[in-house]
Amino acid sequence: MSIIENTSISFVLNNIPQRLSVNPLSRFSDILRDHLGLTGTKVGCDAGDCGACTIQINGEQRYACLTATGQLEGCDVRTVEGLSTNGSISSLQKAFLEEGAAQCGICTPGMLMAAQSLLDKNPNPKKQQILDALGGVLCRCTGYTKIVQAVIKAGKGLSNKQIDNSISSVGTRMEKVDGIKKIKGKEIFGADVSPKNSLWLKAIRSPHFRAKFSHDDPDIILQRFPGIKKILTEKDITGNNGFGIYPDIKDQPVLAKGHVRYRGEAVVALVGEKETVESLNDEDLGLKWEPLEAIRGWDAALSGKFEPVQSEIPDNILAEGYLKKNDVKKGFEESFKTAEGHWITSAVEHGYIEPEAGYAEKVGQRLNIFVCTQTPYMDQAEIAQVLGINANQIRIIPSAVGGGFGGKLDLSLQPLIALAAWILDRPVRCIYSRPESLASTTKRHPVRAFAKAGCNSEGKLTAFEYHGDFNTGAYASWGPTVADRVPIHCTGPYFVPNVLSKTRALLTNESPSGAFRGFGTPQAAIAHEALMDILAEKMGMDPLDFRINNAIRKGDKTNTGQLLEYSVGQVECLESLKNSWIEWRKKSLLYNTKNRTLKQGVGCGCVWYGCGNTAMSNPSTMRVGINHNGKITLYNGAVDIGQGANTIMIQICAESLGLPATQFEFVMSDTDLTADAGKTSASRQTFVSGKAAQLAGENLRAQIIHLAEASENAFLRIEENKLIVKDDSGEHSLILSDILPKSNGDVLIGEGTFDPPTTPLDENRQGDPYATYGFGAQIALVEVDTLLGTTKVIKIAAAHDVGKAINPTQVEGQIQGGIAQGLGLALMEEYIQEYSENFHDYLMPTVGDMPDIDIILIEDHEPLGPYGAKGIGEHALIPTAPAIIGAIKDATGISIHHVPATPDRVLKALHDSKLYNV
Amino acid sequence: MSAYVRPDNLEEALEFLSEQPRILLSGGTDFFPARVGKPIKENVLDITGITSLRSIEMTSEYIKIGALTTWSDIVQSKLPPAFNGLKKAAITIGGIQTQNAATICGNICNASPAADSVPNLMALDARVKLQSLNESRILNLEDFLIGNRKTLRKPNELVSEILIPHPKESSYGNFEKLGARAYLVISIVMVGAVVELDKKQTVLNLKIAVGSCSPVAKRLKLLEKEAVGQKIKTIRIEPKHIDSLKPIDDIRATANYRAKIIPELLKRVIKGVVKL
Ligand SMILES: Cc1cc2nc3c(=O)[nH]c(=O)nc-3n(C[C@@H](O)[C@@H](O)[C@H](O)COP(=O)(O)OP(=O)(O)OC[C@H]3O[C@@H](n4cnc5c(N)ncnc54)[C@H](O)[C@@H]3O)c2cc1C
Ligand code: FES
Ligand code: FES
Repeated sequence: MSIIENTSISFVLNNIPQRLSVNPLSRFSDILRDHLGLTGTKVGCDAGDCGACTIQINGEQRYACLTATGQLEGCDVRTVEGLSTNGSISSLQKAFLEEGAAQCGICTPGMLMAAQSLLDKNPNPKKQQILDALGGVLCRCTGYTKIVQAVIKAGKGLSNKQIDNSISSVGTRMEKVDGIKKIKGKEIFGADVSPKNSLWLKAIRSPHFRAKFSHDDPDIILQRFPGIKKILTEKDITGNNGFGIYPDIKDQPVLAKGHVRYRGEAVVALVGEKETVESLNDEDLGLKWEPLEAIRGWDAALSGKFEPVQSEIPDNILAEGYLKKNDVKKGFEESFKTAEGHWITSAVEHGYIEPEAGYAEKVGQRLNIFVCTQTPYMDQAEIAQVLGINANQIRIIPSAVGGGFGGKLDLSLQPLIALAAWILDRPVRCIYSRPESLASTTKRHPVRAFAKAGCNSEGKLTAFEYHGDFNTGAYASWGPTVADRVPIHCTGPYFVPNVLSKTRALLTNESPSGAFRGFGTPQAAIAHEALMDILAEKMGMDPLDFRINNAIRKGDKTNTGQLLEYSVGQVECLESLKNSWIEWRKKSLLYNTKNRTLKQGVGCGCVWYGCGNTAMSNPSTMRVGINHNGKITLYNGAVDIGQGANTIMIQICAESLGLPATQFEFVMSDTDLTADAGKTSASRQTFVSGKAAQLAGENLRAQIIHLAEASENAFLRIEENKLIVKDDSGEHSLILSDILPKSNGDVLIGEGTFDPPTTPLDENRQGDPYATYGFGAQIALVEVDTLLGTTKVIKIAAAHDVGKAINPTQVEGQIQGGIAQGLGLALMEEYIQEYSENFHDYLMPTVGDMPDIDIILIEDHEPLGPYGAKGIGEHALIPTAPAIIGAIKDATGISIHHVPATPDRVLKALHDSKLYNV
Repeated sequence: MSAYVRPDNLEEALEFLSEQPRILLSGGTDFFPARVGKPIKENVLDITGITSLRSIEMTSEYIKIGALTTWSDIVQSKLPPAFNGLKKAAITIGGIQTQNAATICGNICNASPAADSVPNLMALDARVKLQSLNESRILNLEDFLIGNRKTLRKPNELVSEILIPHPKESSYGNFEKLGARAYLVISIVMVGAVVELDKKQTVLNLKIAVGSCSPVAKRLKLLEKEAVGQKIKTIRIEPKHIDSLKPIDDIRATANYRAKIIPELLKRVIKGVVKL
């Protein structure tokens, strides 16, 4: 049933004349994707806020989501699919590939089209023109740096050289193995496919923070709306109506039972034809709401005045974290100087450009679920318990993931589509709208913290205390993990003899707070770095020297009493920034003497962060196979969410196997085909799954050497169905087609498992929670307009100890992207419940907000990691906000205690400080 | 069933409007974002087929900006220096994708307090031409806009042109906008001004308006009056000049913050005129 009569519309699309009969008021993005099957054009918001849908109309860049199809009559339209000619990619696409400008790739088609529109007119643009051209497309992964570089490169025509894929193993800048799909718009994300006869699912969600509700009998509604096939309610849930990441806490209902605890909570789900499903409103469903007094914020949660959020937890304290090392009281008594303060940070949205999407399909007595996720194996178990079936009846096939950052660790649409497909025996698809994604999924915890640090007369830290209340929202999500990780990391990467830390995860009627790049440590880092600055000032020491003086070193014991023996590059990171630090400080001082109202300053932030889960087993298993044709496949259970796991796992495995990475194919995290490689979280994939990939390669190599009776250091090569093993004694050939296949058609299979060694922690949280830590430091140069309160970050230098950069391009990409998110956290990102439910009002950095970034990679070999490597994903973000906040203080003298440091907060602080006449 | 029509001439469009109320659709940059996740069921009159409305014309009386003139058209057109503020605003609207589609006429008719065209057009003394099948009338922009999302347009009318009296020679426009990021940013406060100067930089005439600090952008008439005869460099902003503004708290900033920065932005707009 179409609402508006179809009209015939003629236009040229990618040089081919088209004549369509469609609803002329449809967004052209929908027509491209649903009607013409051109899914290269992505949809991230339907509102002109993200730019993922950018196409060219008559040579100009336009948003397809804001273009009524009827307006294209007679137009010349180009989409990403039209960029390649005769199958060969354009020089812009090549440059994107070479520079690593696509991470998850969801923004890439839009970026390419925006850039192409500029290059068509101006083949050699200036940097400012590039920024202007790309200003309307958001990227949440890359921090834009490599995208801008790629456009500059394409403009200069530098990328016409043949792409060289032959250099490929560990330490090289191998192009992404899935890069070509991403730059051609051929990558398949969650919203890009579904079986033809799929039904559409849409959840109806609470507009209230807390309410009771009732609705009409579903059977009556079904009679009224024949387009609806099923109205799912909590009664339809065949297993447990609860999910959550902990085995013992399944507190979040899939569909609420009479009572909602946050705005955005699902109450019923409509399944049927898309048009009807989309057009029903609360009234049609007889939905009646009885709003109840909601608990908002920390004070309300602790006041004891309200009905608790969850009746089983009367004090609203979901979890508490604790850490005690020696005696802080004594430490402070013996301190020469102390510093302390309170800090508040806001809720932050992950802001992946791909909203949650996927489909479920019943196949016999099993379910296939195609969905964007960071954790296929956990999804499998979770969905199984919701449906009340066995986990092996569920197959998760992750789509390409258009960014995650922790936000796609929790279930979102999975249990709903699974339930509907299971009950109806029809494929069921769902795509979240942007407002739905924002309202219903998790956020970074807002934190209210007190912290105090002391040092002795030599400027050595003596004691550190941290108390943090984390607003964890209505349901557990990852709240307990955050409450646990923060105490361990609360001091920053410094040696402190006495530490006390207490955290609480508090339930409120707000968005569940979950996992977000850093699990609470980015919030804590703002406090520990501010304290370092204050102590340095009190001691009359240079803040960088103070940090070097206190940086944790090999042979030191951490807050948990863990002895650090290897791979502790903190001092080297700080030392490597020293020249820039001195130069920037000097220049900013000079600048400030010449400028009365614009003030520049430099600040520093440091990070240490354990790679992997805290004090528990978190193994990964990888498999690599060779089939009778000589095809090598890596069965990679580590989901690539843009960070590049697909590529580096192959690089690592190729290195240990001794065959070229360019000959590898891969399967990503299909629970039927790959082994469990855990979650893509906690900066664990390179370290843990990477090690497993190395071991899998070694295992396969050992089998080959054994079969060929060759020596250890033999060279391998594949020639069609022959595996040739060459050593000093000559060439041995294995005829692959003569070997019986084992599984998936592979005749030789190697497997590797790695579980990073950790120990349980005692009652004071002492022990060895992580097998390795990543370290880093960043410095930021900012300029504050003291009359308006605005802050511009001019430069950032970032030094990170990654053990070994398996692929330097990808490591840089992680750092640049982390800096962009850290900058957002520091200056603009604040998710305000109810009001921030679109990307118009929830502001994330654009290309024009990015500073110049210098990156210094420190490689302090980690013996446990693959070729010495450890993680970088979360480390990159953590020091940025503290460095920026420190720089604002250096520039103006004012301390920001509430982030983001929006212009109004900065101006108020300037005003309150009386240092400025504002 | 709802209907969608896209006539190619004004006459026909006005006929459609005389039949029944219809939502006007132009660049769609306000229309579609207001309808995310909802089926579109309204009667829509798409005016983008009326190509004659995409024009900037000089007549003896006015500079006429046709209803389909986009922000990009403004950037690319040769216009007198009094339009510098409007041009500066144009490149701050969304990204280039938005500027290529969005019309300044739609920006006015959408009547958002944060519409960046409005302070500039007020400073240019703009009028709007409203046409219906049997009638056409011209209103001052200041009269046309009556509140947040409210205008004096009647359901059977559309705005066909924005009319701007030819600015005096040596009139210069300027615009300042404060937002919390570099691109894709809605104004926390914005100021548009047109100043007429003599050779010695004495103000002969000032028109200045502030947006995002009241339901409709406001001219600062007292400031305009007191500025005349002063050297541009010495104009001082005093509290009485802005006490007609009633900024509010919203998610973009507090009222207090807005109140504090208004004088600074006014200063920058006025002083910036001579630097342009
Ligand atoms: C990402 C993004 C960023 C933006 N940033 C800014 C910004 O920084 N500053 C700013 O001011 N605006 C901003 N906007 C809004 C701006 O693009 C619009 O206000 C635009 O100028 C409206 O023009 P349009 O042609 O797109 O109008 P449409 O969306 O087609 O229509 C807008 C409204 O005006 C009515 N209308 C249109 N034409 C006429 C007419 N001729 N006669 C009578 N009524 C009419 C329509 O019925 C509708 O109610 C942004 C929009 C987006 C999507
Ligand atoms: S989908 Fe069009 S701008 Fe986001
Ligand atoms: S690569 Fe840009 S959003 Fe992921």
